[in-house]
Amino acid sequence: MRAPRRTRVLILAAALGCLAPGASAAPAEERLTPCLACHGERGQSVTPDVPSLGAQPAFYLLTQLIMFRERIRPIEPMTQMLRGASDEELRGMADFIARLPAPPPLAGSVDPGAAERVRLLIQQHRCNFCHKPDFSGEENAPRLAGQREDYLLKALRGYKDNTRRAYEPQMADVATALSDADCADLAAFLARAK
Amino acid sequence: MTSLLPRLGGLAAATAGMLLLAGPAAAQQSGQPAAPAPSMQPQPTTVPGRPDIPNAEVNQQLRGVPSPPAAAPADKLPTAQLTVPKGFKVEVYVSGVANARSLRFGDKGTLFVSNRNLDKVWAVTDRNGKREAKVIASGLDRPNGLAFHNGTLYIAEGTQISKLEKIEDNLDNPPKPVVIYKDFLNHQSHGWKFMALGPDNKLYVNVGSPCNICEPPKTNGQIRRLNLDGTGAEPYAIGVRNSVGFDWHPVTKELYFTDNGRDWLSEDLPEDELNRVTKMGQHFGFPYCHQGDFTDREMGWGRSCDEFVKPVAKLGPHSAALGMRFYTGSMFPAKYKNGIFIARHGSWNRTKKIGGDVIFVTLNRDGTVKSWEPFMTGFLQNNNYIGRPVDVQVMKDGSLLVSDDYTGAVYRVSYGNARVAGR
Repeated sequence: MRAPRRTRVLILAAALGCLAPGASAAPAEERLTPCLACHGERGQSVTPDVPSLGAQPAFYLLTQLIMFRERIRPIEPMTQMLRGASDEELRGMADFIARLPAPPPLAGSVDPGAAERVRLLIQQHRCNFCHKPDFSGEENAPRLAGQREDYLLKALRGYKDNTRRAYEPQMADVATALSDADCADLAAFLARAK
Repeated sequence: MTSLLPRLGGLAAATAGMLLLAGPAAAQQSGQPAAPAPSMQPQPTTVPGRPDIPNAEVNQQLRGVPSPPAAAPADKLPTAQLTVPKGFKVEVYVSGVANARSLRFGDKGTLFVSNRNLDKVWAVTDRNGKREAKVIASGLDRPNGLAFHNGTLYIAEGTQISKLEKIEDNLDNPPKPVVIYKDFLNHQSHGWKFMALGPDNKLYVNVGSPCNICEPPKTNGQIRRLNLDGTGAEPYAIGVRNSVGFDWHPVTKELYFTDNGRDWLSEDLPEDELNRVTKMGQHFGFPYCHQGDFTDREMGWGRSCDEFVKPVAKLGPHSAALGMRFYTGSMFPAKYKNGIFIARHGSWNRTKKIGGDVIFVTLNRDGTVKSWEPFMTGFLQNNNYIGRPVDVQVMKDGSLLVSDDYTGAVYRVSYGNARVAGR
């Protein structure tokens, strides 16, 4: 039986070493090899609950990388892997990851009832205002289109119960107003959004 | 479709919406080819309880303006584009303080700088002719508020106030913050807290409304004051949506505070406010009345603006008036004495942004506002930000510091032949 995911990540991080804090100016691509082992080399994650990173806005990636490094988002494997990285190094990583291809959406679409529920939710909460009409994201709002369905659900639930720290307050307000069924509807729709 | 739906009530609108966006099943029953999948683009219709939607195409471009999480490098600061009146000069006081927010001096001249999105409090010192910034507290939750008294720095986070005693003597080995008060609800919207020490040596702290527009809980939508040991907390001013700056008149000792107006009402209404508290417990209108002269379209039914205290000045719609201090120095010309400098962070909920500046407010003898004018401009260039001022602080020599959470820098504005601040 495989070790829990967290343990596997820690072992991987230890084996590959931290991301060479400060000492060398290794190109971002090299430094990201251990990251992409979980997050996927071509922008798409096949690891449950681990997000795809392809075509995420660089601004968003940088804020998350800094939040992990400073332990503002307390996910220990992420903090360990980023320990010692400078702002400039994180900028380089963010820019590189942003250029990875967008993850392909799941095939098919949600049923018309779900589609209508999602349409009203998007209208009410103005998702498209920050995340763009095609949900490709911008600045501090991440790409949602084609993201892993399990990760989207986990993120929304995290904002709702305050276990996920955000850089800005908007998502906590949005998620507070969502039922768990709403979260599931949104995750299913966005994972299939083209 | 555009003209029909906004007139319908909630359920009718949703039903009409569904019929107009008929799914494949309905189409097949009538023998026609399957209709295309429902469009995911928002339709111009009303949503139950949300008359502020229809979504026009224009307002869909409006979104919050996040501050970059890393400070701008010193050689990339926009100082050259910041303008001040004749005779004044702008220079960088310190840079590299990512997410620089509130400013507060210690008795020994240390400048403390807080964070909102990030987790740190910084101390800026001049040692051996060199200015340096160092982190003295980290791992904090939105530590926006700072106050200083008798050697102790007080920090207001999202849900607690803590203290660092004898901090200026221990900057290289600062003590861990000790919590003195934590009776706050935990909310993200307007959860960060500006704080200041009053002339009565009590801590005053903003407790924001946890929403854009709503009836806040009785514990929120107020400026609260408490003793330095955390006891005796009481609301001082209520009906306050979200204040991120306040200070006391040097002579009358009255509290003046800025207040940010609601969003998603219109481009031009309501304006942000400057308010004056003449008696503890006064109600300044939120959520029922905005800017002293109109009732809210959702919350204001059955209310009148006459029930509430009107602002002493309106500071522009969506200008984000934040930090403010009375000018008590002697460096600037006489007209600035006992007037107020206010940092306007700048709009997000407005197509043509305003603010991104520091304004100066002239008061009448009776404490009302005579006029206000721009003082330091240039943070907004062609409707885009190159910086966003958050707080102001008068230095002992009478110069004015301005924090900028967009670049992570603090600027110093001086007048005349004053000695340069150096690096």
